Amino acid sequence: MSQAATELIRISGHAGVVPGAGLNREFQVCKLVDTTTCIGCKACEVACLEWNGYTFSETTFDNSYQTMPETAWNYWNLIKFNEHERADGTMMLLMRKDQCMHCADPGCLAACPADAAIVQYANGIVDFQEQHCIGCGYCMTGCPFNIPKFDPPSRKVFKCTLCNDRVSVGLEPACIKACPTGCLHFGTKSEMKELAETRAAQLREVSGFADAGVYDPAGVGGTHVIYVLHDAKNPELYGGLPKDPRIPWSVRLWKAPLKWIGNAAMIGGIFGMALHYMRFGPKKVEPIPPDVSPNISKNEERRDDGRRL
Amino acid sequence: MTNGWIDIKNTDMMLIMGGNPAENHPCGFKWAMEAKRNRNAKLISVDPRFTRTSATADLFVQIRAGTDIAFLGGLIRYAIENNRIAKEYLVNYTNAAFIVKEGFKLPDDGLYSGFNAASGSYDKSTWNYEEGGDLSGKTDATPTSAHATPAPPASAASGQANPQTPSQPGAPAPPPALPPNVAYDLTLQHPRCVFQLMKQQYSRYTPETVERITGIPKDQYLKAVDLFTSVRKDGDMKKVATIIYAVGWTQHTFGTQIIRTAAMIQLLLGNVGRAGGGVNALRGHSNIQGATDMAGLYDSLPGYLKGPVPDDKDLATFLKRTTPTSSKPSPWDSMNYYANTPKFMVSLLKSFYGDAATKENGFGFDYLPKPGQDCSWTHIWDDMYNDKIKGMFAFGMNGVMIGPDTNKNINALKKADWLVVGEIYEDETSEFWRAPGITAEEQKKINTTVYRLPCAGFAEKDGSMTNSARWVTWKYAAVPPPGQARLDQDIIAQIFLRVRDLYKKDGGKFPGPILNLNWAYADAAHPPLSQVAMELNGKALADLKDDATGQVIKAGQQLPGFAWLKDDGTTTCGNWIYSGMWTEAGSQIQRRGTEDPSGMGVYPNWAWSWPANRRVLYNRASCNTAGKPWDPDRKQIWWSESASKWVGNDVPDFKPDSNPKDHMGPFIMNAEGIGRLFAPIGVLADGPFPEHYEPIESPIKNPLHPEQSNNPLVKKFKTPFDKFGSPEEYSIVCTTYRLTEQYHYWTKNNPMNVQLIPEPFVEIPVELADEKGIRGTDKIKVISARGTYIAKAFVTRRLKPMMIDGKKTYQIGLPIHQGFRGIGEDEGRNARTPANLLTPAVTDPNAHTPESKGFLVKVEKA
Repeated sequence: MSQAATELIRISGHAGVVPGAGLNREFQVCKLVDTTTCIGCKACEVACLEWNGYTFSETTFDNSYQTMPETAWNYWNLIKFNEHERADGTMMLLMRKDQCMHCADPGCLAACPADAAIVQYANGIVDFQEQHCIGCGYCMTGCPFNIPKFDPPSRKVFKCTLCNDRVSVGLEPACIKACPTGCLHFGTKSEMKELAETRAAQLREVSGFADAGVYDPAGVGGTHVIYVLHDAKNPELYGGLPKDPRIPWSVRLWKAPLKWIGNAAMIGGIFGMALHYMRFGPKKVEPIPPDVSPNISKNEERRDDGRRL
Repeated sequence: MTNGWIDIKNTDMMLIMGGNPAENHPCGFKWAMEAKRNRNAKLISVDPRFTRTSATADLFVQIRAGTDIAFLGGLIRYAIENNRIAKEYLVNYTNAAFIVKEGFKLPDDGLYSGFNAASGSYDKSTWNYEEGGDLSGKTDATPTSAHATPAPPASAASGQANPQTPSQPGAPAPPPALPPNVAYDLTLQHPRCVFQLMKQQYSRYTPETVERITGIPKDQYLKAVDLFTSVRKDGDMKKVATIIYAVGWTQHTFGTQIIRTAAMIQLLLGNVGRAGGGVNALRGHSNIQGATDMAGLYDSLPGYLKGPVPDDKDLATFLKRTTPTSSKPSPWDSMNYYANTPKFMVSLLKSFYGDAATKENGFGFDYLPKPGQDCSWTHIWDDMYNDKIKGMFAFGMNGVMIGPDTNKNINALKKADWLVVGEIYEDETSEFWRAPGITAEEQKKINTTVYRLPCAGFAEKDGSMTNSARWVTWKYAAVPPPGQARLDQDIIAQIFLRVRDLYKKDGGKFPGPILNLNWAYADAAHPPLSQVAMELNGKALADLKDDATGQVIKAGQQLPGFAWLKDDGTTTCGNWIYSGMWTEAGSQIQRRGTEDPSGMGVYPNWAWSWPANRRVLYNRASCNTAGKPWDPDRKQIWWSESASKWVGNDVPDFKPDSNPKDHMGPFIMNAEGIGRLFAPIGVLADGPFPEHYEPIESPIKNPLHPEQSNNPLVKKFKTPFDKFGSPEEYSIVCTTYRLTEQYHYWTKNNPMNVQLIPEPFVEIPVELADEKGIRGTDKIKVISARGTYIAKAFVTRRLKPMMIDGKKTYQIGLPIHQGFRGIGEDEGRNARTPANLLTPAVTDPNAHTPESKGFLVKVEKA
């Protein structure tokens, strides 16, 4: 598993060879979140903060147990609380741990124009490489789960790494370790899928949840975080989990046909330029007037407040 | 807990009521989830609010706070009517067949026989068993039932004084007189047998009556009781149900009786003593079990020995009063383990007073304080308010916040001369004079001297903790205490040593208890807690020999267990139930063995469980009368014919060589050897069977007996702060609770917790919010007759309006965590009002626990 964790199978904005492209490792990792045994204790939230070295944020009460409305650039793991009244009048308090889904076909990576700012490892983890991030925010448009979040001071985007640093040395993610009820599980995708389906069947057959099922959406090629839901037909009830998440068509268009049209246009442009040079020769440059200073950007200031850049 | 945390995984059915373990015991709640996942166990959550426990439940019903006895009483009725009871268990392991004395009266009018209105207490002489033999089939001889003959108690009729309160000052109270030879009817048909009386008592708790009282619609109620009792369908004994509760049951003026009702249900269904069964109290703090084991209550001694009272003029009188004699049907056997009380008591006194405890001086019995009045929590504050208590040591608790009636407590502290607070934070108690509403002018007039002693936190000290499962586990200090902070035992030791020096130098009124206190620690000023643990375990003071096995314990050696304790002064033991935790073989509480041969989560080599490392109490009852397990798949202990003793996966909680043929009762701690459906004389103050009483502040009169709405034994204090609201003015039922994100009153000082729940809130139903024009996050006032709490509204559909006896009633709830010191408080982010400003100082007559769960308020926009 540790080897798989370092083998890249996809690289954002990359023109060259991807070393692990086409690899389909047996040990694809997966996090299973069984929402039916989640007690909303938020131990995963705190474990995530502590492992990743983030300090606390200022929050306000918002008519909910939920810590904040959405995940944040420095708050990657958030339990979403939703009150739901069923048709028969019985109450449900749906609690879903929200975090990066680590899609097999990641929209963020597809949208990212910066070389190697987002990579996908052979074990399935989608990881942001902040040193390459250009802060364009396209990944945020590409994500159907509203996960990547922009930090204005550093002009970088951050999200859950599935504790790549832990997983690559054989440990489970911090949230899994902190979970007291066994609602979170971690293992290979096939194991987790089987466990999830077993639990969903139990919910259908024993607990009376006829629509219980597993959330592993095909629209993004499946995910490396999967859910057991009481009501898999209505994932929107769980804090807006999309029913059929897909990479936005604009991203697809831009990265597939439009990219090639663009490339063709670019190559055509170069070709035209060469022709123009051969036909007309070099362009004569006018000297810059002395009163106009060159518009050179200042060196980006590094922050020293302990936050990551 | 009769069982333990891990054992919950063995259950088929969970009734969680008066507790919210998903939020308040999240780590232990894992086992409830395991039972659901691995055994298809069902979970029923009964609560005033839909909680995070309810979110995982198979069935949730919303109950009005404080009506649990009505719910459970109706469950008893349902189980009996539908034959969902454990007949063999009931007849042989409970007092169902015992005949109760003639003249005992059930509380049709809210009062049991023997009530004395003037003293506000009961003459319990009729709460007893009939003397005699087998009355099976002799029902004709006694045609009267308890309903039909509310005969006056004998003592009242003859004009004699209550035998519980002797008329002669200084005369000893008579020992509880249970007849040695109890009359019984194994057919359970005798009208005065316990089973028939119980049936009669709860026949009044029909689903319709339960609906009127609890607000639970009849169809929902029937669904819940049907589901719970389904484990005993047609009397089949294979399945097991557990009942799990916490302070939602204890904090009522009838709290002890709620828990008794649960115990009765579990006896009726044959669930006590079995893996996955029992009555399981979830303790709120990691070591609260240890605190009660070590005599947390003023009227007990370590190991739940009864505390002395002024009438106990010497040790012999005390032992006569507190040592039970066996009381049972003559063909049966009763171990009556508390017959060993003199051994436990004398060894305790030897531990307290060492060489100064001699046979001649009653082992120093006279040194013990003998309180002649109620010294429980609310009385301490009332006495301080009435200038009877002049100073207080407050260690390991935040007295002002714990409540009830914060205002009264603050005003009591204003009158004290001094206050010593040992804490890790600057808390509300040590800064009571900065409570909201006290002006700078008023502060100048407060003359209480406050000494604030920084103490070590839980991670900064070693020692043992006893969890809800009775496991005594040694823990190690993780980091040293910061700055000037000191260990609690060091502070206490130094106070003691200096007081002792003063007595030595200057003398005093009663120097004996101080000068003779045994303080034999390696470093007197810094007693190591390992030595304290060894002292609790006890040691031999002379060579001891067990005649049966020939085993010898030499003088000075640690005792292997409480079976070795003697009443002649040759053993010491600081707490008999802890004997066995630190033996000659070393510290048992530091063991970390992870073997679990049975797979039932017994883990016999992990730490040590009192008593005698037993993991499930009363486990003899896990077998039928022949000594075979009720469920062969969950074998705990069983009778081995070949070995002629009890063997198994757990330590037998029983006489190891008692052949099932001898019919010894499995409940060896009761004089009767059986589980008590009927609590006879001397057990409880307010009735042998639980009866539904309304909380002191209630929206309705008790539908069962409006003339006696409340528990007749509840007493109210007389200070100006002890005010009570009427349902006309205060129509909303309010309860208080804790959240998973915070720990009691300290995590409001930790940014990580504050971030998760940044502000106090009040959960109110949508309908109430609409009526008052309140929107979520609006600031609102919750007002009781005693105080006003201000916080933001949490408008929710998880609390629904209820119909209580035909009256639409709202129920609201608020967490207790925030106060007037903490991160949010210091930043001025909230109104700095403690939740217990609202609660009344009225208590349960048995356990003295205040009624924080269920009182009346009104709600206004702030």
